Amino acid sequence: MIVIQRKSLMGWGRTSPTVAKVVKASSDEELAEQVRSAGPRGVLARGLGRSYGDAAQNAGGVVLDLTGRDQVLAIDKASGVFTVEAGVSLDSLMRQFIPQGWFVPVTPGTRAVTVGGAIGSDIHGKNHHVKGTFGQHVRSLDLLTGTGEIRTLTPEDELFWATVGGMGLTGVVLRADVAMTPIESAFCSVDTRRCANLADLLVEMADDDAYEYSVAWVDCLARGESLGRSVLTRGRFARPDELPEKKQGHALDFNPRVPLTAPRGIPGGLLNKYSVAAFNEAWFRKAPAHRDGELQSVTTFFHPLDAVADWNRIYGPGGLLQYQVVVPDGAEDTIAACIDAFSNAGAASFLAVLKRFGPQNPGHLSFPTAGWTLALDVPATMSGLGELLDRLDRLVLDVGGKGYLAKDSRMSGETLRTMYPRLPRWQELRHEVDPDGVFQSDLARRLTL
Amino acid sequence: MRDGLGRMQRVVVIGGSSAIAVATAARWARAQRGLEVVLCARPSVRRDEAAEQLAALGAVVELVDLDVEGAHAEQAAVMEAVYAGRDVDVVLVAVGVLGDQEQAWQDPQAALRMVDVNTRAPIVHGVLASNQLRRQGHGSLVLISTVAGERVRRSNFVYGATKAGADDFYRGLAQAVAPEGVHVLVVRPGFVRSPMTDGLDEAPLAQTPEEVAEVIAEGVREGREVVWAPAAMRWVMTGLRSVPTPIFRKLPI
Repeated sequence: MIVIQRKSLMGWGRTSPTVAKVVKASSDEELAEQVRSAGPRGVLARGLGRSYGDAAQNAGGVVLDLTGRDQVLAIDKASGVFTVEAGVSLDSLMRQFIPQGWFVPVTPGTRAVTVGGAIGSDIHGKNHHVKGTFGQHVRSLDLLTGTGEIRTLTPEDELFWATVGGMGLTGVVLRADVAMTPIESAFCSVDTRRCANLADLLVEMADDDAYEYSVAWVDCLARGESLGRSVLTRGRFARPDELPEKKQGHALDFNPRVPLTAPRGIPGGLLNKYSVAAFNEAWFRKAPAHRDGELQSVTTFFHPLDAVADWNRIYGPGGLLQYQVVVPDGAEDTIAACIDAFSNAGAASFLAVLKRFGPQNPGHLSFPTAGWTLALDVPATMSGLGELLDRLDRLVLDVGGKGYLAKDSRMSGETLRTMYPRLPRWQELRHEVDPDGVFQSDLARRLTL
Repeated sequence: MRDGLGRMQRVVVIGGSSAIAVATAARWARAQRGLEVVLCARPSVRRDEAAEQLAALGAVVELVDLDVEGAHAEQAAVMEAVYAGRDVDVVLVAVGVLGDQEQAWQDPQAALRMVDVNTRAPIVHGVLASNQLRRQGHGSLVLISTVAGERVRRSNFVYGATKAGADDFYRGLAQAVAPEGVHVLVVRPGFVRSPMTDGLDEAPLAQTPEEVAEVIAEGVREGREVVWAPAAMRWVMTGLRSVPTPIFRKLPI
């Protein structure tokens, strides 16, 4: 069955809406027909629209809404490999399978992403330093290519790695075999350290490898001696015997409440450096200086922002932007320089996220590489933001770092080409499977990918 | 494609020697290095100067010969070549002629020329540009209109009346094309110190092309349908609209 609707689509940052023909198709054959009959503006698959910029938009063309294709097709409990349709969300996988003792191999800060999106953006989570990206847990995937044929790819194929992190531009991921993680409880045992500044934090993070999950929240408005003051939270899944007695009987219960919804029509300007500084101050003081073995639920530990649906609306009609970069080990000064720049600019930024990445995978456009990643949200209307971020891009480039396409809405094509030296090879592979350039997106147009 | 900060990649100007349009393109060129600006106009010294000014700001300027008083099929062919390139983020329609207003209501040729430049050309290019932006599924179409069409005055009613035709067309077009992702903005400046008004007495609230450019950039960024330059003009004209005719005709405006 096919449903077609003309719709204005935005990314999570709500900055650059464009209109496309949104098509919901239920069968592989119907999707293939959409690809074969594509017009000059092309086709693109879209999941839950959590990329911040224009990655899941295709102005004037066709956007295939895959969220209806959300079935789990097969479960192999011996190997832990699940065969799922690409439109299934991590939220759905967690609701269905945490109670059976299975967790997704990698989760970002929200459960509202599809498996297809997780592969296209090659997402990472708090366990990247030990477990790598989502794509590294995909054993095989079915890709609908630009010629309308379906190819099954495994990590042995170079096209697999062009698709992992390929932003949906090599084709439509239809299904994937994902290696899930066995767990014994739906709770995490969390150690917290409050760090007075960046140097303090980097020292604390030295033994990160002892933890399955690790992330630091940095107050970007703190200055001077306190620059980079932060709260480091690290943890692992708890064993049932670590839970309080009354919870031991149902250690795997997982039933997150339907989230609150941020109201519509919030005016711009509510988030300014004063309101955000007050929030950050309260948050920092609330954190314990040192606490070990605290039990937190999956939602509290992994997805705190999912408690408020559409929280992106609090940035008002001007929208928001997330700046995320990675720099190699040894370039910690560049992270400090970035935090310093936001602090000096008085950017109304809530907490930034700082995390250590493990090694890079073979994905041509995959973002994570060994080193430090910093991510922070800023209102898109902040004055001078364009120049500030362009300047930071140059600092990051100077040390061999890069930005993240799933978050990007403002990088220049030139910057991207320097950050991703393997782009030409990716373009060759893309051209081989999509010689007519059927797969297009606003991001691809903006950056001339 | 426009980026998440509202920075443009490609701007097309119809009436590429207009001081307001060039000031607006310059503003966008300053925000985005390498901005492509297509200046469509008859060859002239002013067009060349505009190109130099924009190139000096780092813009990549393309000059296209376009006679907005020419046959529409010819104009459509010229624009087809322009629109065959990369996506256009903004089309700025900045054609207009003031001329000799006393001659314009007495000489049919002069009156027709006002219609051709102020009404016919913006409507033809409104159609051509909106067709392209609809195909793209995004983009802004901006008409430089005037406050003079809001209520016509004895001193420049031919200008006001002919501009008002285009103004109304774009207001309606805005509604027609919105579902396809196209934004239409009508800009109504008051008196602007520019080559067009050389030799005229300055009216109250006179402004520079750069000031109007600022208002246009904000209107595009915020997706507004009508903006006045300066903003206070909106209230001045709202007041004037409701003044009874016998009194209105005696006002020194």
